Amino acid sequence: MSHDKLVYMANQIATFFESKPHDEGVEGVAGHINAFWEPRMRRHLFEVLDAGGESLKPLVREAAAMIRRPVAA
Amino acid sequence: MKDFIIPDRDFGTPAAKSKQMVTLTIDGFDVTVPEGTSIMRAAAEIGISVPKLCATDSVDAFGSCRLCLVEIEGRAGTPASCTTPVAPGLKVHTQTGKLKQLRRGVMELYISDHPLDCLTCAANGDCELQDMAGAVGLRDVRYEAIDTHFRAKNTSGEANPQWLPKDDSNPYFTYDPSKCIVCSRCVRACEEVQGTFALTIQGRGWDSRVSAGTKADSFLTSDCVSCGACVQACPTATLQEKSVIDIGTPDRSVITTCAYCGVGCSFKAEMRGDELVRMVPYKHGKANRGHSCVKGRFAYGYATHRDRILNPMIRDTIHEPWREVSWTEALTFAANRLRGIQEQYGRQSIGVITSSRCTNEETYLVQKLARAVFRNNNTDTCARVCHSPTGYGLGQAFGTSAGTQDFDSVEETDVVIVIGANPTDGHPVFASRLKKRLRKGAQLIVVDPRRTDMVKSAHIKAAHHLALKPGTNVAVVTALAHVIVTEGLCDEAFIRERCEWDEFQDYAEFVSDPRHSPEATEMLTGVPAEEMRKAARLFATGGNGSIYYGLGVTEHSQGSTTVMAIANLAMLTGNIGRPGVGVNPLRGQNNVQGSCDMGSFPHELPGYRHVSRDDVREVFQQIWGVEIDNEPGLRIPNMLDAAVEGTFKGLYCQGEDILQSDPDTKHVSAGLAAMDCVIVHDLFLNETANYAHVFLPGSTFLEKDGTFTNAERRINRVRKVMAPKNGYADWEITQMLANAMGAGWAYTHPSQIMDEIALTTPSFAGVTYEKLETMGSVQWPCNEGAPEGTPLMHVNGFVRGKGKFIRTEYVATDEKTGPRFPLLLTTGRILSQYNVGAQTRRTANVVWHDEDVLEIHPHDAEVRGVNEGQWVRLASRSGDTTLRAKITDRVSPGVVYTTFHHPDTQANVITTDYSDWATNCPEYKVTAVQVSPSNGPSEWQEEYNQMAGLSRRILPAAE
Repeated sequence: MSHDKLVYMANQIATFFESKPHDEGVEGVAGHINAFWEPRMRRHLFEVLDAGGESLKPLVREAAAMIRRPVAA
Repeated sequence: MKDFIIPDRDFGTPAAKSKQMVTLTIDGFDVTVPEGTSIMRAAAEIGISVPKLCATDSVDAFGSCRLCLVEIEGRAGTPASCTTPVAPGLKVHTQTGKLKQLRRGVMELYISDHPLDCLTCAANGDCELQDMAGAVGLRDVRYEAIDTHFRAKNTSGEANPQWLPKDDSNPYFTYDPSKCIVCSRCVRACEEVQGTFALTIQGRGWDSRVSAGTKADSFLTSDCVSCGACVQACPTATLQEKSVIDIGTPDRSVITTCAYCGVGCSFKAEMRGDELVRMVPYKHGKANRGHSCVKGRFAYGYATHRDRILNPMIRDTIHEPWREVSWTEALTFAANRLRGIQEQYGRQSIGVITSSRCTNEETYLVQKLARAVFRNNNTDTCARVCHSPTGYGLGQAFGTSAGTQDFDSVEETDVVIVIGANPTDGHPVFASRLKKRLRKGAQLIVVDPRRTDMVKSAHIKAAHHLALKPGTNVAVVTALAHVIVTEGLCDEAFIRERCEWDEFQDYAEFVSDPRHSPEATEMLTGVPAEEMRKAARLFATGGNGSIYYGLGVTEHSQGSTTVMAIANLAMLTGNIGRPGVGVNPLRGQNNVQGSCDMGSFPHELPGYRHVSRDDVREVFQQIWGVEIDNEPGLRIPNMLDAAVEGTFKGLYCQGEDILQSDPDTKHVSAGLAAMDCVIVHDLFLNETANYAHVFLPGSTFLEKDGTFTNAERRINRVRKVMAPKNGYADWEITQMLANAMGAGWAYTHPSQIMDEIALTTPSFAGVTYEKLETMGSVQWPCNEGAPEGTPLMHVNGFVRGKGKFIRTEYVATDEKTGPRFPLLLTTGRILSQYNVGAQTRRTANVVWHDEDVLEIHPHDAEVRGVNEGQWVRLASRSGDTTLRAKITDRVSPGVVYTTFHHPDTQANVITTDYSDWATNCPEYKVTAVQVSPSNGPSEWQEEYNQMAGLSRRILPAAE
């Protein structure tokens, strides 16, 4: 799965939640990714995040702490 | 096989709706009926059939045949019972000496101008003229006909100018003017039931003739949409199904459900032996009320098409020809490959795609296969690419993912918004019901980049057409809300009682911002601000307001946001929870609603309950006896991404052609090509099958039992009328595959699967096949709280408690026009074809649409040197294809439009991988493209056709 595509998708989600009050937005992004992203997708997202995640919107980076890190396959 | 004898009597005139009851006496019997009922219908209620020819209960009374005369004590003359309403205390006689004589005289005149070829007539045994001649005791015709309409030549051998030849231009029915009695039932059916106004009575008196279009037209060249309403209404053989001419009259009928769009019309499959003679819309079907469209009524020939594959096939690689093998060999091969993949690449490396064309029971089994046998949640369905944003958006706002109304609700609506939907083509029977209401005075607002037939056609005209630029739905709907909030048109009482007040206030603050005003967004949306304001005011103040929407809403980067914006609009105006209002997604395929309900999505178990919920998993674990994965699985686009990456290797795809229907064809084919085991379970070698290793032949809706759930949540029975030509119903095939992998399932009838669904899924708790037999159909939720189902949702409160207003900020899609791709392509459907066309392309429906064409505005065509009918190259950043141009101002300058029914066109080579932010529903409706003149098929089309040809080779069966 290309990192670019996942970054794009995560940022799209963040864009929607940017219109919410800040804390709700952070929870929203994390909640959405936890609910709909298969572990493989989250693993790749964490690869991006762990490498600094500059391409990700701030809301995604803030949400990272609340996103479930998949257990090793 | 079951023989259903269902009373389907013709009461002569439509039912009256008054609550005021009237009692009268007919032939000495008292009868009490609603005020406004005709005497004819009142008599029929107590079993007295007054002879009639021009009356039928699908259309209003007309009073022209003079056969249904009655005598009323104290009134002069012999009034027609069809046009005379009941009144209290009337004493009516339907059978007196005078009436008998009059009727016989009338019949004598009719028959004097009718050919007496009953024995060889296609309507023999099914002809009302014949029946009435018998009913009135016609024994003699005293008139010698000199001038007739039925003799081709007169007595001296000269051509008879009154004789007209049979019109057999329509592929499904004939018009034989020589048998016409000019009762005008066909004309009225075309007007009142279908609303197309294609038929008329031309001439007057003796010269009166039924005419499709003008004198120069045939049925095929006229505006006729071949819905069959006229054929249904015709009392003689004048309008006759060609299948009845070929086969003869049917001897039994079975009630079943159409397998085309999400309207879910009920039909009588009329049979002789195991041969289907015709499909006739079922009068008591609650979705269609006796109406049909060209697809459901006539386009079933694919079921016996020579392309249908009837034997299982396998091959080691996709470069080899197919080998026909036994079911055991095919299933063992498939099971071994899937298990092998899991051993090598892990439990998560395989998945399923359930079908929105298959039954609820079949879909339930396919997702169960993933969850209980594959032991993962890698299940998705084609709703991913159509209505997944509906699921998400309405779930967020209201707490459940479904339309709020039944279709009957449209009869009580006053203002309708149709947004991103083209019901006259996509959901024709609903369109007819809507048009009927519009002709009675309801107002219409159409939000669509194209001037669809809803905007203006015979006897209907939208009050406002907001011809927005593709991709600006959120801006438009939010601007409508802006007007309603800032002009104080909200239904505050409703909002205070039914919605979260704090959230409303937050939303009101958001939406009142001037940046959402029609004036501020006009440049963006292309919709004149004044028009937008008028539309908003009309919706907020015009009475019962309903919203119907389609894939023009969902298939965008902001699809889910638009669904929420629509929910906001309905809540703001208090238009939820009673007849005539509501938010109504028009579902694409017959069982999209059902496939979503059945847990096809990778994040939720049946009944829209997330897989992370321990209590829900426990319910299924108890019954299935296995542990269920608590992590969401892969969605279709993610499966393909994972396949390209090399971590997803096997797919069981039932009744879905992802290669043709999903966006960015090249990416789909790359994903499929990277897999080690693709199992296609379908009627035909579809495009996806070019990349398959196992082909399991499927069964049609005529060959199996089950249920479909339509767009109004109505669970309708599908009944087996013939044995599966491929040997097994689809649910049996899924079960055999599961058992080949060691599942040990033992269902012997789909009713047992429904029992399991009811046992595990609260909204289906009360659904049983017995209930469906008694009630005909039922709308979920059907459980202890609503044992007879739920026609209207959210009546006293939202499913989630209080309705939730959600901020809907417009974000422009990243798919932008520019110098290289200056036009916006949007895609859609046409009446005669369905989805990827696998079924309808294999019927005579191709006479209406045998190729996809590109609609382009005259200005855009002119600057590119494109002429009508010319080949053009259509290119986007994803790919290019060629098709013919159709120059029309139905599309605005800057917008082009095409359909995706034909694999040769491959419209999805053009569409991109952009998708809805919440659900990954692809953005089919907006692609930046360029159009240029071309000489013929593109390189891709030629290569693809060659590859497809090679891929479809089948080795002759071994001796």
